[in-house]
Amino acid sequence: MTPLVSIQNLSKSFPGVRALNDCRFELLAGEVHALMGENGAGKSTLMKVLAGVYQKDEGEIRIDGQLVDIPNPRAAQALGIGIIHQELNLMNHRSVAQNIFIGREPRGRSGVFIDTQKMERDTRAIFERLHLDLDPRTLVGDLTVARQQMVEIAKALSFDSRVLIMDEPTAALNNAEIEDLFRIIRQLKSHGAGIVYISHKMDELKRISDRATVMRDGQYIATVPTATTSMETIISMMVGRALFESEGPMAPAMDHEVVLEVRHLNRGRTIKDVNFVVRKGEILGFAGLMGAGRTEVARAVFGADKVDSGEIRVRGEMVPIHSPADAVKRGIGYLSEDRKHFGLATGMDVESNIVLATMRRFLSLGFFLKRPVIRETAARFVKQLGIKTPSVSQKVALLSGGNQQKIVIAKWLVRDCEILFFDEPTRGIDVGAKSEIYKLLHALAEQGRAIVVISSELPEVLRLSHRILVMCEGRVTGEMPALGATQEQIMQLATQRESMANAVVH
Amino acid sequence: MSAYQRLKASFFSPSTRQKLLAFGSLVGLMIFFSMASPSFMQADNMVGILQATAVNGVLAIASTFVIITGGIDLSVGTLMTFCAVMAGVFLTYWGLPFYVGVAAAIFFGAFSGFVSGVLIAKLKIPPFIATLGMMLLLKGLSLVISGTKPIYFNDTPEFPSISQDSLIGYFLPDLPIPNAVLILFVVAVLSSLVLNKTVLGSYTFALGSNEEAVRLSGVNVDRWKIIIYSLGGAICGIAGLLIASRLNSAQPALGQGYELDAIAAVVIGGTSLSGGAGTILGTIIGAFIMSVLTNGLRIMSVAQEWQTVVTGVIIILAVYADILRKRK
Repeated sequence: MTPLVSIQNLSKSFPGVRALNDCRFELLAGEVHALMGENGAGKSTLMKVLAGVYQKDEGEIRIDGQLVDIPNPRAAQALGIGIIHQELNLMNHRSVAQNIFIGREPRGRSGVFIDTQKMERDTRAIFERLHLDLDPRTLVGDLTVARQQMVEIAKALSFDSRVLIMDEPTAALNNAEIEDLFRIIRQLKSHGAGIVYISHKMDELKRISDRATVMRDGQYIATVPTATTSMETIISMMVGRALFESEGPMAPAMDHEVVLEVRHLNRGRTIKDVNFVVRKGEILGFAGLMGAGRTEVARAVFGADKVDSGEIRVRGEMVPIHSPADAVKRGIGYLSEDRKHFGLATGMDVESNIVLATMRRFLSLGFFLKRPVIRETAARFVKQLGIKTPSVSQKVALLSGGNQQKIVIAKWLVRDCEILFFDEPTRGIDVGAKSEIYKLLHALAEQGRAIVVISSELPEVLRLSHRILVMCEGRVTGEMPALGATQEQIMQLATQRESMANAVVH
Repeated sequence: MSAYQRLKASFFSPSTRQKLLAFGSLVGLMIFFSMASPSFMQADNMVGILQATAVNGVLAIASTFVIITGGIDLSVGTLMTFCAVMAGVFLTYWGLPFYVGVAAAIFFGAFSGFVSGVLIAKLKIPPFIATLGMMLLLKGLSLVISGTKPIYFNDTPEFPSISQDSLIGYFLPDLPIPNAVLILFVVAVLSSLVLNKTVLGSYTFALGSNEEAVRLSGVNVDRWKIIIYSLGGAICGIAGLLIASRLNSAQPALGQGYELDAIAAVVIGGTSLSGGAGTILGTIIGAFIMSVLTNGLRIMSVAQEWQTVVTGVIIILAVYADILRKRK
């Protein structure tokens, strides 16, 4: 049988990075094919080449045995290739129907005006097929993240694609919604579509996929049948090298002094009566799905967003925090999930970034920079954290994600922050750098700092924290010591919704 | 949803509230000025206000398209003048027929918008810079082509009638509304149709809402951007005809500063400068607020300098009201 998609010898480079090196991939009609690999292994890049988002440098792509060229997303659509991107790509100001039919709006008889009614009717028909109760006229910006994800899926399905690529489609879905998605996938499969499924959730892959292709560092490793291959084998192929393993979850440090205490924190619909404490030398993990309100809590405590009510105590003392400046004064640091946007001035050099939050300490006469002192301080932290850079005057943009993250950490260490919020500290950095960040966080906790880690990767939360707090829809739905906690337990708490009833209609 | 609920929902939607707020301000201003000065409400003065709004209103409509995409066009004012000068070249210098002059003004408007669009979409020059460059370039070209002197349309008797005659007055002698206002109205209705009912309008909003999403949906984003800037330019061409017709001449030194009035009208009308949302009706109301304000203050004998101060305050208040509304 001719494979539906066949990719051979594919290579793709970005400035400074070889993202894909001589890759292979094959997809059969009527198969669900899992694409596996750590962050940065090149899965998304490979699929974006197939979907016309990126252009290949070398190699060939065949659809039904025919050599094809896919210069843009439209060409991919014409070949019957649909993709659901990892990041939601929707227009918040536009309605659900307008989002689904963007680029191929049905026209009325005159050929000039958009036939809005037909568009809404067709949207409704797609939703019926998906058993989804959603008004096509709703603005996408008014939907929950889970339902926005459903709109993305509906959009991809509306193309009648023969090849459907799903890049982590379940990241924001609860169990019932995942079941629905799987039902749809099976339905598509029985109609002869080929589905590429990218996910980090191992149990899902076992349940839904027929074969799995493993990638590592931009290279093809192997393709195996999922049913007869153990998860351990796949994981070892994915990782392929020794990693730092902490001694597993650590015992909670109950006797230590409470450094940060947050009581009855409220902010609109995003934070609902959140309470928690962090102790000296402790790592508190925040688990939950995308949009559960974890980042919002961190930003609120840090003073980046206004709260409706609530109190924050540092070492038992009530502190008014109205701005990040107030928070920093009290020794609270926040490392944002989006380093490039909020954490770093990527156009500036390493030393400037490291002292950015403490500039006042490096001034003479309150105005002139003391360059030598800055350089020396930066050099000390570069060494202490093992930041790989040719010099402290290197532009931050030229460093890898892991090293950028360490520079953000250095910035807050210079400030002597006692309480540090880490928001997705390992997102988008490779496996080796990840284990170094873990090591660093443990070292910081041992030095007596109080640390909060927000992470969407459950194994990471379990491995890194002493204690775990689970959030869902702005509420804290559970708290437990990491020792003895299981992924299933956390998942259940993370999907304990108030609004379950109207999430999906069966 | 019942018809009543739908009506209620649309009536209380944020964009409707903004329009009501703007409309309420307009009515409030008119009541204030008519009490402050008896001459404000007189027919002559009303016609004057309508006439004055026409040019800024049409320019503001052009700006609305561009601003909804999340862009900005600083060249609308000098482009208007350039189009007027080109009409003068075709009609007065070359003695070509009336309709050729009209077509030329609109064509050069669209062409200039096309150039801005190419600079922005293809060369990736930020809209602010690209259109700032175009603004100066067009201003210079207008002066060069006209030899810095006004071009009069004395050989084309039809020309003043574009703006000054009254087609409505011809049929309804009691309503001598000048054609300029009729043209503003027609441009507004057509623009509103394009914006809300056609693919072009749909992409205008979509680009301002999430350009990347549009690109990933397989839409040729560059092409549509160029089309939208070209359309904006063509509308500036119409504004050029209106102003030249009113003055019966193309004044090459005029134009700079009009872009800011246009942007102000758009913003007062509730269109977001970050793109993705906006209405033509709001823009028209914004344009009327600006001209009622100017006219009313002049009637009250407020000095020109203070009129400018008040206009500045109004713009800041309007945007702040919009921010307050969004926060809720």
